[in-house]
Amino acid sequence: MKLKAFLRGLHAGIPIGLGYFAVSFTFGMEAVRSGLSIWEAVMISLLNLTSAGQFAGLDIIVAGGPLIEMAATQLIINLRYCLMSFSLSQKLEKKAPHAHRFAVAFGVTDEIFGVSASQSGEVSPYFNYGAMCVAIPGWSLGTLVGAVCGNILPAFIMSALGIAVYGMFLAIIIPPAKKSRPVLLVVLGAMAISCLFTYVPFINQISSGFAIIIATVVAAGAAALLCPIKEEVDAHAE
Amino acid sequence: MPNNIYLYILVMAGVTYLIRMLPLALWKREIKNVYVRSFLHYVPYACLAAMTFPAILSSTGSLLSAIFGFAVALLLAYREKSLLTVALCACGTVFVVEQLLLWLPSLGF
Repeated sequence: MKLKAFLRGLHAGIPIGLGYFAVSFTFGMEAVRSGLSIWEAVMISLLNLTSAGQFAGLDIIVAGGPLIEMAATQLIINLRYCLMSFSLSQKLEKKAPHAHRFAVAFGVTDEIFGVSASQSGEVSPYFNYGAMCVAIPGWSLGTLVGAVCGNILPAFIMSALGIAVYGMFLAIIIPPAKKSRPVLLVVLGAMAISCLFTYVPFINQISSGFAIIIATVVAAGAAALLCPIKEEVDAHAE
Repeated sequence: MPNNIYLYILVMAGVTYLIRMLPLALWKREIKNVYVRSFLHYVPYACLAAMTFPAILSSTGSLLSAIFGFAVALLLAYREKSLLTVALCACGTVFVVEQLLLWLPSLGF
């Protein structure tokens, strides 16, 4: 059972690892260009496993900003993980020993959360470990390769890989949106709000991390009030 | 550039881990409230949708290749293809469109 969950996680991790490679490649490139050592760049990726937070953190390191600014920036940009972990806390196998939660928490990224949320019923921690086993090496190796040979990989490959994670997100949200009207409205609503935060002057100054939190809370909150799930259906049945 | 870079990395990683760990470690019991349950049920869809659009449009080298990649991903996702298939076909589409954009002008189109 554990092995099966682990293998399913590995499989789900492949597109994640591919997409990560492209993003973290640019991070490694950028970090070395900003004056960090290769080892420091890889260590940041290995310990943080987050894209927007790392790029923002890199800016603060390079500027020599105060540590409190580093802490506050990470808190704001990464606060969405708090929502995801909270959602996952309901979804993770109840019978699994508590210690697993500390390990699973390390791998709560947008993408790994996405695939584990799309599992039907409870999710085994081993599923997350499987996804982490592909995603973490993808993220760290991408940083290493980017840091070592920043300008060798041709731009068109980087460009094509950039869309991978979004394709994956669509594969997660579209099928349930097809079957459930409220989910469809949540998806469209969240996208619309996210557009506001991207294109409308002034409010597009808000950090992307905050924009995602606001879009998520507003869209999911409205749906919860308007279409609460009455019966004991399992949340992400599919 | 500060000379205590590792201290920065430690603060960065520490804060990020705590955000991820605290809700998972502290909240194990099942939530009964129907509104909170419904909210958490919708969170993944809202969150992933907000992250995907419009960010997907600027995820590649050109808007046009991104639009084609987006369209192919939407179509395949609608047909319920696997995550890997959708992701790879979107990448492939972007690749083909960008090659066409590169070569068409030289062929006189």
